[in-house]
Amino acid sequence: MTHDSNVPYIGRATSRVDGPLKVTGGAKYAAEYAAPGLLHGYVVSGAIAKGRITSIDVSDAMTVPGVVDVLTHEHRARTAWLSYNYQDMIGPPGKPFRPLYDDKIQYSGQPVALVVAESFEASRAAAALVRVSYKSEEHITDLEAVKGQSYVPPKRRSGIAPPPKPRGDADDAFDAAPVKVKQQYRVPVEHHNPMEPFATTVVREQDGGLTIYDKTQGSQNNQAYICSIFGLSKDKVRVVNAFMGGGFGSGLRPAYQLYLAVLASQTLERSVRVALTRDQMFTFSYRPETIQTVSLGAEPSGKLTAIRHHAVAGTSHFEDHQEVVVNWSGLLYDCKNAKLTYELAKIDTHTPADMRAPGAVLGVFAIESAMDELAYEVGVDPVELRLLNYAEKDENDDKEFTSKALKACFKEGAERFGWSRRSPEPRSMRDGRELIGWGMATGVWEAQLMDTQARVTIHLDGTLEVASATSDIGTGTYTVMAMTGADMFGLPLEKVRVKLGDSSLPTAPVEGGSWAAASTCSAIKLACQALTKDLLEHARALADSPLKRARPEDVVARDGRLFLRDAPGTGVAIQDILRSAKLDELSAKGEAKPDSKVQKTHSSYTHSAIFCEVRVDEQLGVVRVARIVNAVAAGKIINPKTARSQILGGVVMALGSALEEETFSDHALGRFMNHNLAEYHMPVHADIKDIDVIFVDEQDELTNELGVKGLGEIGIVGTGAAIANAVFHATGARIRSLPITVDKLIDSPAFTAEP
Amino acid sequence: MTVTASDHTHAIPIDLHINNQPTRLEVEPWTSLLDALREQLHLTGTKKGCDHGQCGACTVLIDGTRINSCLALAVMQDGKAITTIEGLGTVETLHPMQAAFIEHDAFQCGYCTPGQICSAVGMIKEGHARTADEIRELMSGNLCRCGAYSNILAAIEQVMGANISSEKVAA
Ligand code: FES
Ligand code: FES
Repeated sequence: MTHDSNVPYIGRATSRVDGPLKVTGGAKYAAEYAAPGLLHGYVVSGAIAKGRITSIDVSDAMTVPGVVDVLTHEHRARTAWLSYNYQDMIGPPGKPFRPLYDDKIQYSGQPVALVVAESFEASRAAAALVRVSYKSEEHITDLEAVKGQSYVPPKRRSGIAPPPKPRGDADDAFDAAPVKVKQQYRVPVEHHNPMEPFATTVVREQDGGLTIYDKTQGSQNNQAYICSIFGLSKDKVRVVNAFMGGGFGSGLRPAYQLYLAVLASQTLERSVRVALTRDQMFTFSYRPETIQTVSLGAEPSGKLTAIRHHAVAGTSHFEDHQEVVVNWSGLLYDCKNAKLTYELAKIDTHTPADMRAPGAVLGVFAIESAMDELAYEVGVDPVELRLLNYAEKDENDDKEFTSKALKACFKEGAERFGWSRRSPEPRSMRDGRELIGWGMATGVWEAQLMDTQARVTIHLDGTLEVASATSDIGTGTYTVMAMTGADMFGLPLEKVRVKLGDSSLPTAPVEGGSWAAASTCSAIKLACQALTKDLLEHARALADSPLKRARPEDVVARDGRLFLRDAPGTGVAIQDILRSAKLDELSAKGEAKPDSKVQKTHSSYTHSAIFCEVRVDEQLGVVRVARIVNAVAAGKIINPKTARSQILGGVVMALGSALEEETFSDHALGRFMNHNLAEYHMPVHADIKDIDVIFVDEQDELTNELGVKGLGEIGIVGTGAAIANAVFHATGARIRSLPITVDKLIDSPAFTAEP
Repeated sequence: MTVTASDHTHAIPIDLHINNQPTRLEVEPWTSLLDALREQLHLTGTKKGCDHGQCGACTVLIDGTRINSCLALAVMQDGKAITTIEGLGTVETLHPMQAAFIEHDAFQCGYCTPGQICSAVGMIKEGHARTADEIRELMSGNLCRCGAYSNILAAIEQVMGANISSEKVAA
């Protein structure tokens, strides 16, 4: 198919440029790089939740043929002393966990030894023979037991907005309100469980440098981490994450196998791979359990007069992990009185981590469930109630929105879903023995642009390379980068090469928070503009150049030519420009930065309206999500094909969170119990029926130059509440503690009550 | 091709037909087919998601039947014909299922994808799936945390539709 360079790729459904590699097995993930004499490291996980290691006996392990060494806190290469050196760019305030550092046990499953062997099988067999003795201390892993000792985190986590100052007097207003809803909502511990287990392959290069193939959402974050701990210079450490088998936040911070693999490589001066097992995937990051109380005061009409939202979330004893949980309640609704508070309580687990739409999944579940309760309380349709309390500006920060097409989401979502045919009474719709429920909710997530650099290079053969150290964790970054470069130079996609996932490329932040597309593509656009300008400089120098007097804003690059926008016949072939300048290639850089002027006066968010139909077996209490319509306002959509997939993925994970996912603890042992994919239930094919994604039109000239707001998180936010609200509509049972499992429904008097 | 496991003292020779290529391999009895493929043959297209038969990422076809290669010992496969994702098609000559996966954006991170594709090919051959719900049920051993399920279903339906019509043409 020939490419018409006048029709841009941006906005057109485009298949992933990395698709062919992924469907043929050619895409290589961290554990899939070979090296001569590669050693395999197998992690030995600690068995107690708190205490000290009294001894580690490795004598039996060392007898296994092929075993080279067993690293422990007593036997390892020297690393940095100070916990400060173990800080990474994403970590919260506190003292980061240091693997194999000393004899202290801080959580169950903590790595206590690394068996290194010539084969994977030998390392695994020997790991079972490492005998560790402990002296246990008393531990508490139950948030319920410590929630009374909650505290406001003394030091805020960088990048995480603390709750806004209270507005009005929410306590008085709530007391005086004619209609009140006050309820507690809970979301349990959940685990990210990307399909690829965390792994690192450290390859020792001939010059003594390390090439580290690592599963991470940020190669440069992990490069800096390793350099700081091992005292290495950046030019000796290259971290590569060309492909990542899913992250969802679990790979924002360096995972401990990275440290262990480098440690083994430095100790033994060999190339080493360390891959975690699936059960070890439950030992370094999770979504924190959160207990929330929402109090809504309202007029009989449903107009809100008071919002109070209080949350207590679990964190480790060594770090204050923080998320934005409660702020959403003051942001979503127009209300004069709002009081939002967020506290932490310490338990003896490892530190929680950001998991897809961290904080928002929790807080929006609570506020959107409470709003549904209010809708029934005042007898107003849930959509109408939200319109009645619609926030036209950001009342948390007293700012305008750069854009907010949430009303269009309500309208288009409701129409597509057929919401007007809903019978408002709970338990009033059925099909045979199935109770049918229709519920809805709102979703919201921040639209951010992060400082990001990109480099573009035009080659003599007519190809364009676009490069940035960002990552593609399944989000489609390769493709949107290629599309942006192709459009800027009017080239077919086949002529654009993308480089990402490599710490040696131009600086980019970790891939998370839904900012990658907007930030990276903005940087590429700026780099392309700079490159066009440089090409023009060279073109002006040509003898008889038709562009002699052209200004940068007058020229465009298309189909391998640089020409006047208004007189396309007047131009020069880019090849000729390069040739006469005696260049094989020409590069330029671009850097995208947030616009601090806009930020002073404006807030920028993506929004969504989610409509859901559940079918609940009247006798068995089994809930099936029959269909979901998710209408999203996220500014400009670069690639509708991968954008839709992002939303689908968010919806699927939300369905898991609403109905299936929970990591259970045995608090006596202080340990997560269902640490495998058979017992940690997440959605499978059979759970997923009809999901319809709508992108409503939203023009935004302020959020960034491209008008792009990001999509990684918004699909999951609010969707859990829509499902829970639909379950209530179907059954009359309000389950405020996720996941909504059969036992909770059957135990609910409303569910079993005869109509 | 002959691959020897150098340091392995109990290695046992086996003959496999991997992706139509006769391959002699020396494996220890404790080596899974999955690890033999990934570590010894560097056929890393077959993925390890759990090593416990719980995720389907390691699905390959043995004599046309889909299996979890993490639950199969390599030493027991002597004489078998094994097809991995690398054997189904290449970037230049995609298998129809691979092409359909790209067209329908039936993956995001791509880690479950080789397993999904091999499983889908095996499932069609089993011949039990007639409806969307049956496909969903019979594909439920292949987890996708990126949540590409709807698109995977669309890709499989497309290939099945094509199969059905080509059968009709043939008949
Ligand atoms: S790796 Fe074999 S089923 Fe998960
Ligand atoms: S595409 Fe990422 S797990 Fe399926």
